[in-house]
Amino acid sequence: MANSQTSAAGLPAMDPKYVPLPLVAPGHTLDSVTQKISHMTMEKETPRAWWLSFLIAGAMASGLGVAILGLLFVGIGLWGPNVPVGWGMDIINFVWWIGIGHAGTLISAILLLFKQKWRNSINRFAEAMTLCAVLCALQYPLFHTGRPWLAFYWLLPYPNTMGLWPNFRSPLIWDVFAVSTYGIVSLIFWYVGMIPDLGTLRDRSKNKFFKVIYGMLSMGWRNSARHWSNYEKAYLLLAGLSTPLVLSVHTVVSFDFAVSINPGWHATIFPPYFVAGAVFAGFAMVLNLAVPLRWLYRLEDLITIRHLENMGKVMLATGLIVAYGYFMELFMAWYSGNFFEQFMMKNRITGPYGWSYALLILCNVIVPSTLWWKKARTSPIWLFIVSLFVGVGMWLERFVIIVTSLYRNFMPSTWGYYKATQFDWMFFIGTGGLFLSLMLLFVRFLPAIPMSEVKMILPGAEGRVRR
Amino acid sequence: MSDVHIPIAQVTRVSKGASLSKPKFWRSLDELSDSEDIRVWLHREFPEKASEFTDPDGRRQFLQLMGASVALAGLSSACTRQPAEAIVPYAKAPEQFIPGRPVYFATVLSTDGAAQGVLVESHMGRPTKIEGNPDHPGSLGATDHLAQAEILNLYDPDRSKAVMYRTETSSWASFVAAIRPLLEAQKALKGEGLRLLTATVASPTLAAQIGELLKQFPKAKWHVHDALSRRNAMDGARSAFGRPLQAVYNFAEADVVISLDADFLGLGGDKVANARAFAARRAVDASSDNEMNRLYVAESSISITGASADHRMAVRAAEVEGIARELASELGLAVEKGALPASPHAKAIVAAMIKDAKARSAKTMVMVGETQPAFVHALGFAINEKLGSLGTAVVMTEPIEGNPPSAENSIEALSADMAAGKVDALFILGGNPILTAPPDSGFAAVMRDQEKVAVRVRLGLFDDETSELCHWQIPEAHALEAWSDARAFEGTLSVQQPLIAPLYDGKSAHEIVQAMLGDSTTSGYEIVQTAWKSRLPAAPAFDKAWRRVVHDGLLQGSRFAAVSARIATGSWTQTKPASNQGDLDVVFRLDPNVLDGRYANNGWMQELPKPLTKLTWDNAALLSPKTAKRLSIPEPEGTARGTYVDLVKLEVGGASVTIPAWVVPGHPDDAVTVHLGAGRRRSGRVGQGVGVDVQPLRAAASPWFRSAARITRERTRYAMGCTQGHWAMEDAAERGLIRTGTLEEFKAKPKFAQLEEEQGEQKSLYPVYPYNGNKWGMSIDLSACIGCNACITACQSENNIAVVGKDQIMRGREMQWLRVDRYYEGDSEAPAVHHQPVPCMQCENASCEVVCPVAATTHSDEGLNDMVYNRCVGTRYCANNCAYKVRRFNFFLYSDWDTESIKLQKNPDVTVRSRGVMEKCTYCVQRVNEARINAKNEGRDIKEGEIKTACQQVCPTQAIVFGDLNKADSAVSKKKASPRNYVLLHELNTRPRTTYLASVRNPNPELPSANPGKKEGEAHHGE
Repeated sequence: MANSQTSAAGLPAMDPKYVPLPLVAPGHTLDSVTQKISHMTMEKETPRAWWLSFLIAGAMASGLGVAILGLLFVGIGLWGPNVPVGWGMDIINFVWWIGIGHAGTLISAILLLFKQKWRNSINRFAEAMTLCAVLCALQYPLFHTGRPWLAFYWLLPYPNTMGLWPNFRSPLIWDVFAVSTYGIVSLIFWYVGMIPDLGTLRDRSKNKFFKVIYGMLSMGWRNSARHWSNYEKAYLLLAGLSTPLVLSVHTVVSFDFAVSINPGWHATIFPPYFVAGAVFAGFAMVLNLAVPLRWLYRLEDLITIRHLENMGKVMLATGLIVAYGYFMELFMAWYSGNFFEQFMMKNRITGPYGWSYALLILCNVIVPSTLWWKKARTSPIWLFIVSLFVGVGMWLERFVIIVTSLYRNFMPSTWGYYKATQFDWMFFIGTGGLFLSLMLLFVRFLPAIPMSEVKMILPGAEGRVRR
Repeated sequence: MSDVHIPIAQVTRVSKGASLSKPKFWRSLDELSDSEDIRVWLHREFPEKASEFTDPDGRRQFLQLMGASVALAGLSSACTRQPAEAIVPYAKAPEQFIPGRPVYFATVLSTDGAAQGVLVESHMGRPTKIEGNPDHPGSLGATDHLAQAEILNLYDPDRSKAVMYRTETSSWASFVAAIRPLLEAQKALKGEGLRLLTATVASPTLAAQIGELLKQFPKAKWHVHDALSRRNAMDGARSAFGRPLQAVYNFAEADVVISLDADFLGLGGDKVANARAFAARRAVDASSDNEMNRLYVAESSISITGASADHRMAVRAAEVEGIARELASELGLAVEKGALPASPHAKAIVAAMIKDAKARSAKTMVMVGETQPAFVHALGFAINEKLGSLGTAVVMTEPIEGNPPSAENSIEALSADMAAGKVDALFILGGNPILTAPPDSGFAAVMRDQEKVAVRVRLGLFDDETSELCHWQIPEAHALEAWSDARAFEGTLSVQQPLIAPLYDGKSAHEIVQAMLGDSTTSGYEIVQTAWKSRLPAAPAFDKAWRRVVHDGLLQGSRFAAVSARIATGSWTQTKPASNQGDLDVVFRLDPNVLDGRYANNGWMQELPKPLTKLTWDNAALLSPKTAKRLSIPEPEGTARGTYVDLVKLEVGGASVTIPAWVVPGHPDDAVTVHLGAGRRRSGRVGQGVGVDVQPLRAAASPWFRSAARITRERTRYAMGCTQGHWAMEDAAERGLIRTGTLEEFKAKPKFAQLEEEQGEQKSLYPVYPYNGNKWGMSIDLSACIGCNACITACQSENNIAVVGKDQIMRGREMQWLRVDRYYEGDSEAPAVHHQPVPCMQCENASCEVVCPVAATTHSDEGLNDMVYNRCVGTRYCANNCAYKVRRFNFFLYSDWDTESIKLQKNPDVTVRSRGVMEKCTYCVQRVNEARINAKNEGRDIKEGEIKTACQQVCPTQAIVFGDLNKADSAVSKKKASPRNYVLLHELNTRPRTTYLASVRNPNPELPSANPGKKEGEAHHGE
């Protein structure tokens, strides 16, 4: 991608409207990038805003501890599920968190393969976000079970004296594999990508303790050509490995529903619709993190309006796919001629939980439509607001799919209602606290923006870097 | 004795928990062992403090005492309790006693006033399950839900456990010693101040004993009070025949059955037998002649009998009498006409019914319910005589009651005597009159008066409201603990034999009366056996005959002979017609589950969804939708935290109660039904304060309904635990869940329930699994199902199903494996009601199995969908993927693992589930396995009929049939071959092993609304 400075001299000057904005604000040098990013870590005093945020996040996370203890000692009955609605906040939040994780992998892996350089300043914290989100998501499949002390290893295939294997026909087992693979590959990808930067931090550290820690983490990185060569190869290979995972994880998660027989779940559209939704939610979360981050740490020159706009475009595109999914659900219910499908759709929209469907359309279809306008896409505040809507909307989508498909099922005699309990909320807010705490720790101790990769896209860096 | 005045403060006994003292500390063992506590404790075999085990403070004290006494036992051998008799080590096992193998004993339970023969399953000496006795006429192999619940009553931890004198623990010996001078004094007065108050006595031995007592004390009186007693029926018979007689109904002889408020399927000692006989007249299949009886019901409330009717008239209480008068005068009896229902719907039915009755004359039977006044009963007998069915369909016999209820022996008469100071000693044997007597009977008031009745003795299973106002509380032995005898509804005699020695040293009524006769040592066994000497052959042959009776559970040929009674035309025919007073009646009914409150402390009964309303744990003021609208009372509103309704203030005759209002389709307009038995003050940990006590509204003169009531909305919301919402009216037909037709439709097209698109094999990617051995299946006949709920309780008892409480019910977490779905059809004013029992469908292509990640639910090679509790981690995916929603999840530790007495109740063949696991109907796999083991040991195949599931066994109408589908001649195979057979949610291709037989009703073709199934029938055929 060419920028304005290097455009060919012989051609007529481009309308500035079409000239892409720079990915790094003018005036940055290799040194200034290093300075700026490493100052975010332990090199400077911890900002007061960080402490405040960490205090709040930590308090929220401690609620998770209470919720888990309650769950272990009293029972899953503290949560809201019942018969017929056997899943509620547990699986809603699981899918929500897993979905959020998607943007990280997409930005790091797929955009890398597609040589989208604008990914370079946002990929690190997007990946960190993925890991934190997966960690939060993992709380649910484990703790939502009736007997977590058994579930945590009975769902894994291991040779045992009982001669028993898990049921490989169950989508929940596919989940175990899909999510664990995803988590592990994302972790390695994130860590490998960070090695050059860890080397930089090691070299800059004045504190002995951090020097040792960063030294160990950077695995003897000496910035040699051979190191770079190996690093680049490994990074590319991991990107290739991660790419199918972006599609597979949420596809498999969607099988939890698609494989069942319930109207509202049993639909072939679920895999693409879920993947698009995940990317949609993930980018929203990246924006929700990036906008305050760039404001707090004055990173406007590294995370530019162009980055934000691109993310807005991705959100618009995936949002449209999701909207198509909603439309297709409606269409298929009508086209199938199946009484149960039609009833489910009608009840989903007009029944007692109709508000959730209306809000879902507002959050996921109507509000993101404003991103058709460039003005909206380039306004950090508006992007932040839209992203909040999308975050809520994607949560509602899972609520709609899970609750409104189950609570009025085949037999009217079995119908019921679902309402989350305080423990449900405590757990959810707790995972939110865990997520924020981990992200804050990450921003404080690790380079949130990849120095080495930003340097690659500095003006004049093209010649020196293969990418 | 009358000079003894007992301050009421002493009479009113505080609950045991309140008298607990703080834990004491001691310095030496002597100091502790010398304490009053330990001395008292040592003199009791069953320490009262054992009841404190459940509360933490009490437990500490208990352990403290326990420790000290154990130490004492070593110090002094005077405290050890060696039995006087020779004891036999268990190494030499008694005959028939194979550890792990249950033994069955025949006995009887008198849950509804008459004997119901039962076979009780006993594991190593502890009864665990009650089943019907096929030879007994009151059971025919089935039971009602109450008999099933008796096993839980037996082990109720809140039962009365020790003889109590005021607030002190006493003993049987002290009691006997205390009443002796009293009775001596009374003897001199010829028993003038002695009164006996009993519940309905169906035991001839007890009646004879009391007769003997009355001979010794000629001026003593025996009063009877029981919410179940048949006072109106007896008074009606007194009017019509000149003496108390009871009607025994013979459904085989009746083509047309007219019920005037008679809930003959839901209440009374004959309901199980009635249900069987009624259903037998309604069985249709392709081969038989396919004639059905026709049931008309005019009722002033809702009942399962009304729900089974071909035509139901929901009318006000006075209009039931009006309909009876109309029928009588149309038949030519000289009675004045009365109030008729206003609705054209009901009017049309009355006209058609009368025409039908005339046409079938002697084949028509009129039944009158106890809730109608005596006049209607007398008129009913007269109508039957006029029709010619008296003596054939309606057979009059002597009543089974030892003392048929009358004005003379009523509780009102007793209260008057008590108030007049004529009573010195009152013995209350059974019942709970403080709870069940109408307030204006004056009984409670006079009992609260400490000046009246110097000695009050109470024999009761519980230390309840009545015990509270008595001086002596004698723990009653449960029916499974005591010897007695009883008559079935038609007179057949049975001996009631105990299954277990009294858990808490309880005494039977026989023993108390015997003690009053001056003999406190003769055991219940000897009393009963002696009484039976007159009924059985003399000495050498007696033992054998006795053993036969006890073994069989009945004395063959002992049913009452028919009495050929003629109607006396007396002044009773001149009774003025009742008319509707005011615009609102209050109708009182016994609660379908807890009756008059006697089952209030029984968790199974509290949690059993009441027929039609599907309410648990509460009673309510039931209203029709129209009346609710008139009074602007909102419909119940379902939420995730219970079903919300408004509280209303219900006033009648100056009294009022505040009670939740519940709208019920099909309830008569301008009437409110309230159920008795709720709002108990002193029932135990389960029933305490559940629901609202409506006794204050009752009047002794008209115990079952009162007019001119007023209702005011309180605008306070109240959450109720309802297991099935009102929406069940929606789309049940469209979904094809309930399939019904009329007899005419069935005759025209027997396969009306089988849709074209459901024929033929459904495709599957997988090869069909060959089930070569046994292939279990079940068929449920919706024509036969009356919605009595016995199957649910039997299942709960057999399978150790936990009680979860109202809060969990409100959160949609009930645990019963089997549910009875209720669907309404037609308009909400006069809907048809359909019941559908839904156990696990045991699908061959079970959707639950594929989704379980740990393979905790798998398929057996006999086609059972097995549940492996040990393996389950509780993801609940299986429940989500079950189209029939029959899976139940232990969200908390629902099973009672702690209460000692409840542990004895558990079926040892079924796992007691822990927290976090899924459970569901297993087709009683433990019974299948037991049969398989027996068959293997004997080297044969499992025989047809060898396995009966708990629900099948208990079903009074035999609607549920279980068996081997690989045997073409098995009962279940034959049922499945019926043209009425259909599959629930066939299109899902789950291939359920449980299938249904469509319901067929027999409406009068002359009535326009005769085809309730028409609309659906068409929808099904797709014609």
